[in-house]
Amino acid sequence: MRSGIRGTIVESCGVAWPICIGYVAVGIAFGVLAAQAGFSLIQIALMSVIVFAGSAQFIAVSMISSGAGIIAVILTAFMVNLRHVLMSSSLSLFLKGTHRGLLSAFAYGITDETFAVNLIRFNRGDWDVRRALIVNQSANAFWIVSTVAGGYLGELVPPGSFGIDYALTAMFLCLLVFQLSGKITVLVSAAAGIFSVAFFLLLPGNFHVILASILAATLGVFLKTFSEKSPSREGTGHVV
Amino acid sequence: MSFEAYLLCIIGMGFVTYIPRWAPLIYLSRRTIPVLFSEWLRLIPAGILSALVVPSLFISKETGHLALFQGEFIVAIPTLLLAWKTKSLALTVIAGMLMYHLWQTYV
Repeated sequence: MRSGIRGTIVESCGVAWPICIGYVAVGIAFGVLAAQAGFSLIQIALMSVIVFAGSAQFIAVSMISSGAGIIAVILTAFMVNLRHVLMSSSLSLFLKGTHRGLLSAFAYGITDETFAVNLIRFNRGDWDVRRALIVNQSANAFWIVSTVAGGYLGELVPPGSFGIDYALTAMFLCLLVFQLSGKITVLVSAAAGIFSVAFFLLLPGNFHVILASILAATLGVFLKTFSEKSPSREGTGHVV
Repeated sequence: MSFEAYLLCIIGMGFVTYIPRWAPLIYLSRRTIPVLFSEWLRLIPAGILSALVVPSLFISKETGHLALFQGEFIVAIPTLLLAWKTKSLALTVIAGMLMYHLWQTYV
């Protein structure tokens, strides 16, 4: 861990850049879409600042432009973003006794991507809330600027140049690999992947991520408890 | 939708998005939580990362239906291997983008 303000910022940006690349791609796509749906640059900027949640923003644009009411849009945003409860809960393990003001600022920037990156670093043990906050706010800044740029540039940017659409997928795949340590985590992630696809196809709405993760993690705890109590597991080498 | 209604709408969206991000942090970071619950929480990341990314590999963006052997999945195989072998996020992201670009251009 570097010391000093400059070192902290350099280190956090070194961690945040894959998110920033991904957000440029998704943000421009969002801006283009919103501009085509008749949203002004101010409206795009305000939504990116106030909401800061990719998928919910896409859904809101399509709902609003097809004439949905305020309550319906807000309720949908709530359901789509409820998965952050799980992310915030698992980050809380590393933030015991942190100042409430800092936590409140940090909470604003918890997205799928910043969660994944910060959690890996917290797990390694060389991370703190200030560095995590810089990661969140860099991602936030890139998101706001890219969505507005997308609205401004319209269709000048060819969609999906340089494989940029794959930046976040590749990042998630890599962070998933970093999470795998032992049989239980492999089983949990395999189960979550299968559940998530199945729920995506079978259930209406956007509950597949949250349901799949809850179910898979619960299964994992059962397996772990069972395998620890099982007499056939005596001896060494059984690492979870 | 008028500008006032729009403003109300995004403030509402912002509120219901912020609370799920904020409440667990504030509540859980002040408490000792049961061992079983913290073990569950430790398994959540492996679950959630997989639940987030796997549908994008196997579900077609265009149709919303199952598409088992699309580029997203094919490119994911070398990307996963690279992540596992190199343990480097930077290399994995850049190589993944490059491979996806090649796939889209030539396949």
